[in-house]
Amino acid sequence: MSDSSLRLVWVYPDLLSTYGDQGNALVVERRARQRRLNVSRIDVRSDQPIPTSGDIYLIGGGEDRPQRLAAERLRRDGGLNRAVANGAIVFSVCAGYQILGHEFVNDLGRPEAGLGLLDVVSVRGEGERCVGDVLADIDPRLGLPPLTGFENHQGVTHIGPSARPLATLRIGKGNGTGDGTEGAYNDTVFGTYMHGPVMARNPQIADLLLKLALDVNALPPVDDQWYEALRTERITAAGQPA
Amino acid sequence: MAGNSEPLTPRAKLAVTAGKAAAAVSRAAGRGSGSVIGGRVALRVDPDLLARLAGHLDVVLVSATNGKTTTTRLLAEALRANGPVVSNALGANMPAGITSALAGGADARYGVIEVDEKYLAGVARDVAPKAIALLNLSRDQLDRAAETRMLAEHWREGLSGTDAIVIANADDPLITWAASSCPTVVWVAAGQEWKDDAWSCPSCGGVLQRPSEDWFCGDCGFRRPAPTWALSGDHVIDPYGVAWPIRLQLPGRANKSNAAVSAAAAAAFGVEPKVALERMYAVQAVAGRYDVVTYLERELRLLLAKNPAGWLETFSLIDGPPTPVILSVNARGADGTDTSWLWDVDYTRLAGHPIYVIGDRKLDLAVRLEVAGLDFRVCADVDEAVRSAPPGRIETIANYTAFQDLRRRVGN
Ligand SMILES: [Zn+2]
Repeated sequence: MSDSSLRLVWVYPDLLSTYGDQGNALVVERRARQRRLNVSRIDVRSDQPIPTSGDIYLIGGGEDRPQRLAAERLRRDGGLNRAVANGAIVFSVCAGYQILGHEFVNDLGRPEAGLGLLDVVSVRGEGERCVGDVLADIDPRLGLPPLTGFENHQGVTHIGPSARPLATLRIGKGNGTGDGTEGAYNDTVFGTYMHGPVMARNPQIADLLLKLALDVNALPPVDDQWYEALRTERITAAGQPA
Repeated sequence: MAGNSEPLTPRAKLAVTAGKAAAAVSRAAGRGSGSVIGGRVALRVDPDLLARLAGHLDVVLVSATNGKTTTTRLLAEALRANGPVVSNALGANMPAGITSALAGGADARYGVIEVDEKYLAGVARDVAPKAIALLNLSRDQLDRAAETRMLAEHWREGLSGTDAIVIANADDPLITWAASSCPTVVWVAAGQEWKDDAWSCPSCGGVLQRPSEDWFCGDCGFRRPAPTWALSGDHVIDPYGVAWPIRLQLPGRANKSNAAVSAAAAAAFGVEPKVALERMYAVQAVAGRYDVVTYLERELRLLLAKNPAGWLETFSLIDGPPTPVILSVNARGADGTDTSWLWDVDYTRLAGHPIYVIGDRKLDLAVRLEVAGLDFRVCADVDEAVRSAPPGRIETIANYTAFQDLRRRVGN
């Protein structure tokens, strides 16, 4: 990016903002402004075209039918794929994470094509719904502290060779595959099952997205006392029975 | 129709007695009113008891995500104009609690029953209500409740053959969709401040268009029905176009909306709007909500807000800055254990108020307020929060179990 303005795109709040995941947009926006960056946040409803000139795209979780509708509309629109081809950063949660993969199981029980932006395939889990606090270690390549989040899903996501697990689980179900992985990422596209919302509990992820978008190695520090207090509390809580 | 025209069967009588005994034991053991345990025991002795108890009553059911307890109170007051009412006034709104409440109303003519959203279709089948009032549907208790639209779907199927007159809020697309399968619907323009659950057409999934107060789906033509009753400012407009003033002790737009739906429902039982609305003035507080208590030389107004729509309505009724606000949030079983809904609440509405944060999940709230750019203070408990605030009125907003904690502490 050549100037100090940053375009943050919140994808389909009418379909995919059920689980407080718009908090991710609020946290990224707030932390950018605290660094005196010029931010414009663009909320794109599902009857509007996805702008292709955004820097960071955020996609949240949602219910089963809205997830299918969102996938249909995103495929038809094509804008998100063009944005990623232009180098945009995408961060997705739960239903949004599944949509970014090659395929997931829709509300009608049938395979639904995703956007193929992340090398994952999701199916419906057979067992109980995964609900509760999660604790995991983020891939050391990303240089981030432990991941804390709240999961609430029944998906099982298998990671292909061109994506890497975002984190290794200490507590929780994560990708639901039983291999101890949670989430997935490649160079610019990230997916996780973590709600909470995840940025509120892991503001370092918001900073990572900002650094990638701005192509810088470091950002000025901000006061993280409340985030840190919350992280400590939730990391402790994850280790205790509900 | 009044009174106990059809006597209970011996089995039903036994069930009522067993339930009362269990409730008495529970009360003696210091475990609350015992109404739920009593109802559970009674239903085990006679599973058809609910239907039998309701048999001699003209029943109206009330359901919604927000406002059902208050509306039940308002409507019960209105119907008392015509005869004795039995009601689950304390909000025990699942079958056991409802059974227990009805068992105490042998001499009643009307049953005004609040029903949990998940049980509405089943209870409607059991008690053959004369009317059903449906106020609003929005996200609530995310980690365990059925999806909001699924709930609307469940109502739509469960109520499609009902003989009841359904009084429904035409301004809520999910309510409209749920009710539009019913043979007889009285549409009330009761308003809807929270719109985030109503951008997606419940029928086809298209994007709902919402020009001013209207709404419609451009894809399938599903649209807001023409209301026959309406809330208009401080008045209820009846089907003849007559405006009746709403005078309530309860604050806020949401309670005017509850009063409008209650007036329309009362009319289905032959109670004139004038009479119904005048009687509603008597309702002062509902299970501690809206109560003002003096505590540590301050006046605390106790406000319950359980979900994003409820918080939004509550922000619109509190006194403006610089009135201090205490916020308390828990995430115990009855609240839902996920706090992510905090991010669906627009806390910037509290800008200018001194804010004090308490409750089990005060740190979640602290991060939320930090990101909203607000000044706030995290306190160990309500005492510290109250002492930190200047003397005078304090608005205290809490979610479900936090509200119960608060009532216990401040002696309400
Ligand atoms: Zn439609």
